[in-house]
Amino acid sequence: MTTTAPEVVRPDPAADPSAAWSSPSIRLSHVSKVFGHGPQAVHALDRVSLTVGTGEFVCLLGASGCGKSTLLNLIAGLDAPSLGTLEVTSRPTLMFQEAALFPWLTVRGNVDLALKLRKVHKRERTAKVDELLDLVHLRDFARKRPHELSGGMRQRVALARALSQDTDILLMDEPFGALDAMTRDILHDELELLWSTTAKTVVFVTHNVREAVRLGDRVVLLSSRPGRVAAEWEIGIPRPRRMDSAVVAEQAATITDRLRAEVRRHGDH
Amino acid sequence: MATTETPPTAATDLDAELAGLDALETGPSRSRLRVRTAWAATWPKLVAIALALLIWQVVVWSGWRPEYVLPGPAKVFSKLTSDFGALVEGSLTTLQRAVVGFALALVIGVVLGALVSRSKVLRAGLGSMITGLQTMPSIAWFPLAIVLFKLSEGAIYFVVVIGAAPSIANGLIGGVDHIPPVLLRAGRVLGARGFASLRHVILPAALPAFVNGLKQGWAFAWRSLLAGELLVLIAGNRTLGGLLDANRQVFDTAGLISVMIVILVIGIVVDSVLFGTLDKVIRRRYGLIDTAR
Ligand SMILES: Nc1ncnc2c1ncn2[C@@H]1O[C@H](COP(=O)(O)OP(=O)(O)OP(=O)(O)O)[C@@H](O)[C@H]1O
Ligand SMILES: [Mg+2]
Repeated sequence: MTTTAPEVVRPDPAADPSAAWSSPSIRLSHVSKVFGHGPQAVHALDRVSLTVGTGEFVCLLGASGCGKSTLLNLIAGLDAPSLGTLEVTSRPTLMFQEAALFPWLTVRGNVDLALKLRKVHKRERTAKVDELLDLVHLRDFARKRPHELSGGMRQRVALARALSQDTDILLMDEPFGALDAMTRDILHDELELLWSTTAKTVVFVTHNVREAVRLGDRVVLLSSRPGRVAAEWEIGIPRPRRMDSAVVAEQAATITDRLRAEVRRHGDH
Repeated sequence: MATTETPPTAATDLDAELAGLDALETGPSRSRLRVRTAWAATWPKLVAIALALLIWQVVVWSGWRPEYVLPGPAKVFSKLTSDFGALVEGSLTTLQRAVVGFALALVIGVVLGALVSRSKVLRAGLGSMITGLQTMPSIAWFPLAIVLFKLSEGAIYFVVVIGAAPSIANGLIGGVDHIPPVLLRAGRVLGARGFASLRHVILPAALPAFVNGLKQGWAFAWRSLLAGELLVLIAGNRTLGGLLDANRQVFDTAGLISVMIVILVIGIVVDSVLFGTLDKVIRRRYGLIDTAR
């Protein structure tokens, strides 16, 4: 993996979306990932080529076990590809599929540590933590520890922690999987607002096709075993979008059909 | 809602609703149950002590051994009060040695554990040796210790450290080994490297197992120390081990048992009150205690 200096020129994506993505932020070419050796080996990813433009919001769909988390781990630099090359313009932040909060710290402590590790000064941290906890509506739970929270609340703390990172690339692995519909809708709005104001590049993994269409500039479908890019859709629906709008539902239906075919193909095999 | 003076915005409405939802998700505070839980933990212990005293008294009554060889609880307790000054003095000297010895073991154990858990070579070389050291009865070290350090406190500290440090090191190594990988990855994603990673991720994550190691290390230290005080008698020092030996020499069984009771009580208090509480507090913090139990 080659990581260049985190200095990135970010054109205003609102002005002309296609121009904004002309400079890629993440580039994978023919990336394969094999776990284990010999007959036991699992080919999690097979020659995946994917380019994500600066400021682009890409949603990844695919059956369970098709390699989505593996892909994010590779992009985050937590794991190295078995084959192929991977380039990112700066160190990404990864929001894990499991919340992965530090159990010995309170909610506030978890977010605060993330800022501290970024060397944010103590004086600024307090206000920043409050702001982030407000964003995920967990200010009242600041003094609780992760094990005292529900699964959805833990996910929101993980979201606050990920957003505290202020990096240009944000990788999110099913971040809203455990949330009720109402909380999820609010966080969609917050995430979209944050993305459009900070021009972050986002790769967002989900099993919810409508969520993918609601959020993504592009939806990428991975096939299973081995994981490959099976199909891609540019989502041209103007923002703001709503999950329950007819256009979103229509686009989601097309993608769902393809996803079903993909899952079925895998089942036959 | 129509009667409110300032109509809430959609956002605050949602906030309120969300807060309501969240409030549903966490239970009420359990502080009131504390007293009841404390009592539930205490009374079985009191009953057990009473039973032990009763059995002891019954054995004495049975006349299995004459009263001057095996005295009853009453005699021993009167001895406890009459020898109180000497017992306190002896306890203080012994406890001071325990603290010094344990502190030495702690420093050595932590350094050893940290090195072994971070280095593959050291682990291959020393890992199994540390565990092996734990199986060595501490009393077996004394002949060598006495040769090396003469009949001095140094000999005692040597054995205490060699008994306790491996447990402490092993606690740390085990704790580091069992950190969930996702926490280490989370640390890396957040940019924790080197010392920051050690300070903010690795050490806190290893803490519960480390405290267990401390507890075990204390048990080894206390045992080695008493063995040492029996073997390495230093003139002019009043210690619990010395008192044991003095009572044995004059066949004062009541005195002997009273010293043993002091040794037992100190051991239990440090083990369960100090380390036990520490362990419980940490486990509760980390969410490692099943709330259903
Ligand atoms: N560390 C590992 N060792 C061995 N196999 C692994 C490892 N991590 C993942 N795999 C395998 O790689 C494949 C892809 O896993 P991955 O976690 O990327 O799936 P996913 O698409 O994220 O699934 P889900 O939607 O259920 O989260 C799976 O078959 C899994 O068993
Ligand atoms: Mg996954």
